[in-house]
Amino acid sequence: MSVLIVDYNLSNLGSIRRSIEECGVSPVVSNDPGKLKTASRIVLPGVGSFTDGMANLREMGWAPALREAAMEDRIPLLGICLGMQLLAEKGEEGGTVGGLKLIPGEVRRFAPEDSSTRIPHVGWNEVWKASGNHLFEGIPDGSDFYFVHSYHFIPRRKEHILATTPYCGNFVSAIGVGNIFGVQFHPEKSGRPGFQILKNFLKA
Amino acid sequence: MLKVRVIPTLLWKDPGLVKGVGFDSWRRVGTVMPAIKVYNTRQVDELIVLDISATSECRVPDYESIEEFSAECFIPLTVGGGVRSLEVIRGLLRAGADKVAINTAAYECPGLIREAAEKFGSQCVVASIDARRNSNGDHECFSMCGSKATGKEAGAWAREVERLGAGEILVTSVERDGTMQGYDLDLLKRVTDGVRIPVIASGGAGNYQHMVEAVTLAGCSAVAAASIFHFTHQTPMEAKEYLSSRGVPVRNVNVHGGSR
Repeated sequence: MSVLIVDYNLSNLGSIRRSIEECGVSPVVSNDPGKLKTASRIVLPGVGSFTDGMANLREMGWAPALREAAMEDRIPLLGICLGMQLLAEKGEEGGTVGGLKLIPGEVRRFAPEDSSTRIPHVGWNEVWKASGNHLFEGIPDGSDFYFVHSYHFIPRRKEHILATTPYCGNFVSAIGVGNIFGVQFHPEKSGRPGFQILKNFLKA
Repeated sequence: MLKVRVIPTLLWKDPGLVKGVGFDSWRRVGTVMPAIKVYNTRQVDELIVLDISATSECRVPDYESIEEFSAECFIPLTVGGGVRSLEVIRGLLRAGADKVAINTAAYECPGLIREAAEKFGSQCVVASIDARRNSNGDHECFSMCGSKATGKEAGAWAREVERLGAGEILVTSVERDGTMQGYDLDLLKRVTDGVRIPVIASGGAGNYQHMVEAVTLAGCSAVAAASIFHFTHQTPMEAKEYLSSRGVPVRNVNVHGGSR
């Protein structure tokens, strides 16, 4: 098992690296897209804005390499937070910008109807499964995970929704198409259910 | 439903964990690392670690220590103290901080909040506001760990940091700090009424009812506390049980030793 954590100069990589180590695997943090070929799992973390994230992925050569690894080599890929959002076709944070286009859909800012709803969505909230994906195996429905974000992924196709979370109506908190997964919450900061997600991904 | 967070605050000075009263009379209460390990094991909702002397000593944060803390912390970690440039923010995020708290530098250079939000996203920018009531009854913001008056009114400054792009506001009452007499609800309400971003109450918690009040009367999204956890037998888990019994949504209540 060789887990590659994509370092594109934006993220808190320490927590995700340590969490994967706690799952019993030593991941490699790399800024070299050439390393994707030999990876058996890819984690795309992310803190920051969609525009900066995509700019860095493009400048560092990650964008085409990630597409190839996920679409052609079918290496399981997990996007976390901004990393999930970057899987979309486009995002509107910092102007409309194209994404990695790995899962059809777009990323939009929360638009709460109720003025008492505070944005960003920060804190622990429930994750309710929408389908029986193995990513959520062993995790009770409605478990709390840690979120911190103002934008959310709106997938074009319902069957790509793995889980939703009750905030601003209901938003999509996990998506998946084949070997490509995205979670809006931070499994590396969500205690036991978070570790379970990572373990399930590593087992996938 | 989004849960209300109970957040222990760890104040860090030299190598020790300290707690004072009114931002003064610092008393050593232990070391930081064991406290982080205990809170991590007990699955608290989040931790705030503030290096209270970094700014006054004009030094950058101790990234190595932050890296050690974060390595043992699988819950969200907010780090503050000495955050005065984008480079420092990048360094802290690299070291494992999930969010950074900006206080003094925001008054000196408000553009820092905007640039940080643009670069790293609003979600990791916490504006920390320390305020004390002045003779007119207004709440005035203080920088430099509560020592320097800024002339800014807390409610107005909160709106300003929201406009600049802060994703959350940590509001601490300087005169209630360490007294355990309850949060300054008036101060908190002035802030929560004016902004749409989440607000964390800080300074003065002495019992669980104070926490309920910060949420139900002052509209806060989270409650931070230090003395109550250092100097009494009260715990974050019991706090959440109490909040839950008063109808405040919290996480992981009545599930000791595990998460649901």
